[in-house]
Amino acid sequence: MQFFGEGISYLKLTESKGSLIVLEGPDGSGRSTQIDLITSHLEADGHAVITTGLKRSELIGAGILEAKHKLPLGKKTLALFYAADFADQLEHKIIPALHAGYVVLADRYIYTLMARSNVRGIGRAWSHDLFGFAVKPDLVFYLDVPPEDLFHRVFQKYGSLDYYESGADMGLSDDLFESFVLYQKGIAKEFRLMESKYGISRVDGGRPVQEVNADLQKRIDDYLRGRK
Amino acid sequence: MPGHRGKLIVVEGIDGSGKSTQLHLLDKWLRSLGLSVFFTEWNSSDVVKDITSKGKKKALLTPTTFSLLHATDFADRYERNISPLLEAGYFVLSDRYVYTAFARDVVRGCTPDWVRKVYSFAEVPDIVFYFRVPPDVAMDRILAGRPKLKYYEAGMDLDLSNDEYESYRIFQSRIVEQYEAMAKKDNFALIDGTLDIEEQQDLMRRHVSRLLPPSKAAPRSSARNREAGTV
Repeated sequence: MQFFGEGISYLKLTESKGSLIVLEGPDGSGRSTQIDLITSHLEADGHAVITTGLKRSELIGAGILEAKHKLPLGKKTLALFYAADFADQLEHKIIPALHAGYVVLADRYIYTLMARSNVRGIGRAWSHDLFGFAVKPDLVFYLDVPPEDLFHRVFQKYGSLDYYESGADMGLSDDLFESFVLYQKGIAKEFRLMESKYGISRVDGGRPVQEVNADLQKRIDDYLRGRK
Repeated sequence: MPGHRGKLIVVEGIDGSGKSTQLHLLDKWLRSLGLSVFFTEWNSSDVVKDITSKGKKKALLTPTTFSLLHATDFADRYERNISPLLEAGYFVLSDRYVYTAFARDVVRGCTPDWVRKVYSFAEVPDIVFYFRVPPDVAMDRILAGRPKLKYYEAGMDLDLSNDEYESYRIFQSRIVEQYEAMAKKDNFALIDGTLDIEEQQDLMRRHVSRLLPPSKAAPRSSARNREAGTV
């Protein structure tokens, strides 16, 4: 296992027999659909697959949602809260699964967390250093969809916009649509800035589902074949 | 420090070192001088409390998660209170600060560099009082009053000993080692926690006098460090 920084010094089992594959992209970019398709395909091929995402940890996932409703949180507080949640999943789920030889499909990873922090004006160096304990993925894809299209996809699916995902806490605009578009553009820009440093592959998410899937699946299959 | 018009005063030391009592007395004194004072303590943010207590009950927290939850708690208090109140010219009194994390998280196995980076957004205090007591004295004070130790408090997650009192003793001694290593580097003002309460308080007030605005400064300290009192 490779880490972004210091790693986790007290960890005993750091050998990875599996693969960590990350799918990044905004809400409405089709991440979960793709994760489902990829999971089925990999399982049919005989791989043991486990999926993981942000805000899913048993320990604090629900707490993040509760806290958001109670009081508006500061930028660093929110960043650290998500990092704590991520660390919980990393150590209890991702690392053991990698050690046991699973293909771990991550529905978002630290890049989203860094992009959210950075777009809110937290120093990029701090965001990077914060995740010095995180495992480096084997593959990272970013599903790129224009913000205007995302807005309609999200609205059709949920009927409303998430407070933080539309950047409502940032006071970008009184108009929700405009705020959403500005915020998502900011996030997309942060991803572009991270691309080469972190080896993130951009995938055009505006195409039909099957086309995007064929693209992703081919790259994943090539990688897994190369590992053997 | 630009915009930092208030003063940040911190007490650090192991449980039972007497630091909280002393900070309480300092708080009373500063208020009696008519100054604006805000008190904050470690691990006390409402937002984070529910979540940490749930995790702590289950004994599920790894050192990294534990560290980040405390950092979240700190950041919430920092962004909500400490930072704006320092800008507004308050005397902010903090019962434990980043040094507690530097000591405890490192004893738990987190990398010292990483912990320092996580907390790098926190302003350096004007004074850090470190209450030095022999671990046995501190532990006797704690164990006399509160025989039931909590899991993480006793360092039971570190597998130091199956006996929680023994574990607590080892854990606290290791924290003391970390504090002692920081004392010079982080410029701690040492207070001998075995002195009389009044004597310790007198020492603290003498230190703090140099931070007071000229109009409030006690006569004996008014001659030095005038420039510190610019409120």
